[in-house]
Amino acid sequence: MIEIVNLHKSFGKNHVLRGIDLKIETGESMVVIGGSGSGKSVLLKHIIGILRPDEGQVFIDGIDISGLHENELYEARKKFGMLFQMAALFDSLTVWENVGFSLLRNKKMNEKEARALAVEKLGMVGLVGVEDLMPSELSGGMKKRVGLARAIAHQPEILLYDEPTTGLDPIMADAINELIIEMKKHLSVTSVAITHDMHSAYKIADRIAMLYEGKIIGTGTPEDIKNTDNPIVRQFVTGSASGPITIEGVHHERTFNRT
Amino acid sequence: MRYSHPSEAGRKGFMFKLIEIMGRTIISFSEETGKILVLLMQSIKQLLLPPYEIRSTFKQMLEIGVKSLPVVLITAIFTGMVFSLQTFTGFKRFGAETLVGTVVALSMTRELGPVLTGLIVAGRAGAAMAAELGTMRVTEQIDALETLATNPVKYLIVPRFIAGTLMLPALAAVADITGIIGGYFVTVGLFKSSSIVYWKRTWDFLEAGDIFNGLLKAGFFGATISLISCYKGFYTRGGAEGVGKATTGAVVLSSMTILISDYFLSAWLFK
Repeated sequence: MIEIVNLHKSFGKNHVLRGIDLKIETGESMVVIGGSGSGKSVLLKHIIGILRPDEGQVFIDGIDISGLHENELYEARKKFGMLFQMAALFDSLTVWENVGFSLLRNKKMNEKEARALAVEKLGMVGLVGVEDLMPSELSGGMKKRVGLARAIAHQPEILLYDEPTTGLDPIMADAINELIIEMKKHLSVTSVAITHDMHSAYKIADRIAMLYEGKIIGTGTPEDIKNTDNPIVRQFVTGSASGPITIEGVHHERTFNRT
Repeated sequence: MRYSHPSEAGRKGFMFKLIEIMGRTIISFSEETGKILVLLMQSIKQLLLPPYEIRSTFKQMLEIGVKSLPVVLITAIFTGMVFSLQTFTGFKRFGAETLVGTVVALSMTRELGPVLTGLIVAGRAGAAMAAELGTMRVTEQIDALETLATNPVKYLIVPRFIAGTLMLPALAAVADITGIIGGYFVTVGLFKSSSIVYWKRTWDFLEAGDIFNGLLKAGFFGATISLISCYKGFYTRGGAEGVGKATTGAVVLSSMTILISDYFLSAWLFK
């Protein structure tokens, strides 16, 4: 179980997270929605301990990972797998070396075993015969799949997805959604995804939480979110430019000067 | 960070602004020095703790050492040549042209070998390190390392730090020899001076300390270049533009540090 308690984080004067409280049950699929720059990625990076909170705690199965010592933190991270927005594959390594990275380093597997397992994981995300390619030879969708294969290679208990469908065409995006659902079913992992793609959120979420101005302003099942009374959540999920959420630096009463 | 509103500064006048700029420069300088030293401490700690990154260290040694070799060879041979050309014609005015061998050998081993090699490696390998680590930072590859339970300081910085520290003395030694040979070509080949005199003068006044302390300086330069370049790359912010800034910053700061520390190291080592 993941429990986030009163999480605060600032970067300089920018107070990004202003007291996040969120509980994610084991085996649950939680999707955090929110606008660009609302701090979704920052939240995700606190769950895996890449960023440390200014205030508050993040509990993973009862352990406060924000208070862990460096070595304990690396140990705790072995429970996690994370898929990055742009896949973040290591571009000096081949596809299979990327997927087998943690197997070679942390599980002390030999190359042959790690390679076989990497090929197996690549098969799980629908990729065959790409293991010897370099990441630069792959398309965006394939990179995401390799990123996913790398995230699941060491059999994590928790999977984190940073905007899994961003930058993909609708069909590819849906294929990634299907994969996320499959991962949850077959690997029985707890998953946390952040996205602003509502189609994806409705499809993969057991519960959705909305992040706005550094706080979680509402949580509920996809059904609850669709029928919400909260004007902020409603504006976001219906994707309307006018409403309580204003776009920074943009005025709705624009002036057209014809000169 | 802004310490006062611009219009306020305008009212307070020129002196105030000047002091403010100076203060800000001092703050950012001390901040950067502090961060580099912290990174040095982390690297030394990770260097001592097993497992050791032997494979990637060798890869970096190849990258920094072997691949810099052609440039170092060409630079060193021409430096030796131009040095003996200038000394020979200059020293001839007071009849000391037999000392060319000594001058070339002393300046190559004590100064030019280590410093030129340092500047070349800063421009070549230092820039590459900053660009590579900077790109890894902005494409979240360094975060990805963290999520795969791998310490990025250990995996990325330690191998480069070791490789830089070991390969610079090796390259400097090659530069020393090449420079002296270059000097020989010009003195003996071009000016028809005696080959025996050149070698005798080279060996007569050259002490082991000249070579050893020169290589020691090179080792220090190697450690400095890799540390500064890794620091610049590791803390890159702001996309492609940030990578460009980090790379430029790495080369400029490494080169300045080499030239400045060279004076103080020389004053200390060659008393």
